Amino acid sequence: MRFFLRRLGFYLITFWAAVTINFFIPRIMPGDPVSALIAKNQGRISPDAAEALRTLFGLDENMSLWDQYVQYWNLLLHGELGTSFAYSAPVADVIAGAIPWTIGLVGIATIISFTLGTLIGSGIGWRRGTWADSLLPISTFFSAVPYFWLALIAISVFSVTLGWFPASGSYDRSLVPSFSWEFISSVIYYGTLPALTIVISSISGWILGMRNMMVTVSSEDYVTVAQAKGVSERTALFGYSARNAILPQVSSFALSLGFIVGGTLVMEIVFSYQGIGYYLFTAVAAKDYPLMQGIFLVITVAVLFANIVADFIYGVLDPRTRQEG
Amino acid sequence: MTIDTSIVEEGQELEKPSQAPMTGVVAAAEGRRRGKPRKFLFLRNSKAVAGMVILGFFLLIAIIGPWIAPYDPSARSDDILQPPSWEHWFGTTHLGQDVFSQILVGTRGVIVVGFVAGILATAIGVIVGVTAGYIGGLGDETLSVLANVFLVIPQLPLIIIIAGQLPTVGGVTVAVVIAITGWAWGARVLRAQTLSLRRRDFVEAARANGERTWRIITAEILPNLTAIIASGFVGTVAFAVLSLITLSFIGIGNTGEWNWGTVLYQAQSQLALQRGAWWWFVPAGLCIALLGMSLTLINFGIDEFVNPRLRSTGLNARSLRKRGIRPRIGFTPVVREAEETRA
Repeated sequence: MRFFLRRLGFYLITFWAAVTINFFIPRIMPGDPVSALIAKNQGRISPDAAEALRTLFGLDENMSLWDQYVQYWNLLLHGELGTSFAYSAPVADVIAGAIPWTIGLVGIATIISFTLGTLIGSGIGWRRGTWADSLLPISTFFSAVPYFWLALIAISVFSVTLGWFPASGSYDRSLVPSFSWEFISSVIYYGTLPALTIVISSISGWILGMRNMMVTVSSEDYVTVAQAKGVSERTALFGYSARNAILPQVSSFALSLGFIVGGTLVMEIVFSYQGIGYYLFTAVAAKDYPLMQGIFLVITVAVLFANIVADFIYGVLDPRTRQEG
Repeated sequence: MTIDTSIVEEGQELEKPSQAPMTGVVAAAEGRRRGKPRKFLFLRNSKAVAGMVILGFFLLIAIIGPWIAPYDPSARSDDILQPPSWEHWFGTTHLGQDVFSQILVGTRGVIVVGFVAGILATAIGVIVGVTAGYIGGLGDETLSVLANVFLVIPQLPLIIIIAGQLPTVGGVTVAVVIAITGWAWGARVLRAQTLSLRRRDFVEAARANGERTWRIITAEILPNLTAIIASGFVGTVAFAVLSLITLSFIGIGNTGEWNWGTVLYQAQSQLALQRGAWWWFVPAGLCIALLGMSLTLINFGIDEFVNPRLRSTGLNARSLRKRGIRPRIGFTPVVREAEETRA
């Protein structure tokens, strides 16, 4: 239990740090682009919303930094992230509309990639020194390629040339979003190519990590003993080696999540997939600072949450962490 | 930067340096010349050499690229959207610009940002990591939490919101932003290693001799961290290159400087995909992949240099057989590719 409390404390600190970074970034930037934008959007933003923006971006000169900070937290805890310039709507609403798409796409693709990669990695690690090792250079190549470039290639091959999948969007625009089979199948159809790209580009990391761990673990004494006892190959692989080799995989899953999310955000841009990444892109292009900062906060919270889950799983898998606390 | 757990695992591995190689060692019975002290042991690793050669090629292009470029990368011409030909090796853009020249000229921006960010981030990582590992106690706790916070916060969105709010974004600014956000991984690995070095006999001896802390750190501890620092540096450069290209691709920091990301940005915004202009975006991506691969290979080389157990993993089945090594489950052959003779 102490282990989980410690980790929870750490994530609270991280959350606080992220919010504080978010608070200070616009305040230490030279120039004053936000007030210019508020002035430009005078008619379109309500006085209340403009007031919230002033607080979020620290435009009240006659207020102490501490008061600004307190007020900033107050706004955040009430779910107030300001008003988006580009969409003339509360940032929270814009993000709420986008986030299910991202979580659905990135979440499913990441889980597939993690599971497949770990399985393939343990296979390659087990059969070291056979043909399976030739998969390594290929996965090195894919781990060096940016996600978005792979997305470009995927579109040019599968959409433009072969015409198998749509090149952009997340569902057929002629359909009305509902829980009908027609709509869901359209979402799956549109999501296949982006998901495939994420899997292909992120799987190599899992394969390499698992393989290296398998190489280390399979030379441990207890594996040798298991082999000497004559347990079947399968049991030795899954029951003795992979079981132990997967532990660092889980902890590196937590650590690399931020990286994967970053990569997939940009991939959404390429596919014009209406998730968080696409909105971040439009926010950057339109210099929509409230939306940019809101998206950063939401992504951070999501990654923190995933980390907590990974930690929990790790604690369940490895009793030692619970003991050491 | 793919986060590579092997580095951390190796850190643990290194804590037991005297551990004898596992049984089942089949020494490679190749004709080794003994007696001569070998320099540049690192360069006997074929992966490292391949990586260094590719990296060297890109460094060369970064220096001479702008001079050997056949055209001005921004100059328009009448050859609009031409596929590759003898006049334009990588084809032309919608404005008739030469893609080959854009790539050549853009290499410098990529390499400069990658290395500046790599050096800065490594410096921060060494300072934070070694300090945390050496002083221990509350200072260590604080610095570790700091590093872990930066590790967990998603870096790319952070870089985007910082760089997106800067009024002008040049190459060096991007490099600084990347370094500020990307130092944590190196710091974490270095801290773990310093922690284990701190209690070793030779450090204790130095302390007993009354050496100053500063000297212990620079003369006793840092030399033992060289390999980790080097692999951290290489990893950060790879991460910085990817980040720069991603930023340029989404349109941050395109202030007239060419780099591979800018080429891709234009290709994407001018619908190169839909027009079937594959030559516009394929070369830039391949260059990124090649550069990234060369860095990964160098890192493999460093890993195998430090941890002999990993050396055999690079060999394929045929060469293993040729060298009389029988791969068996449960045993790790230690391959002696290069042997250091102590004078």
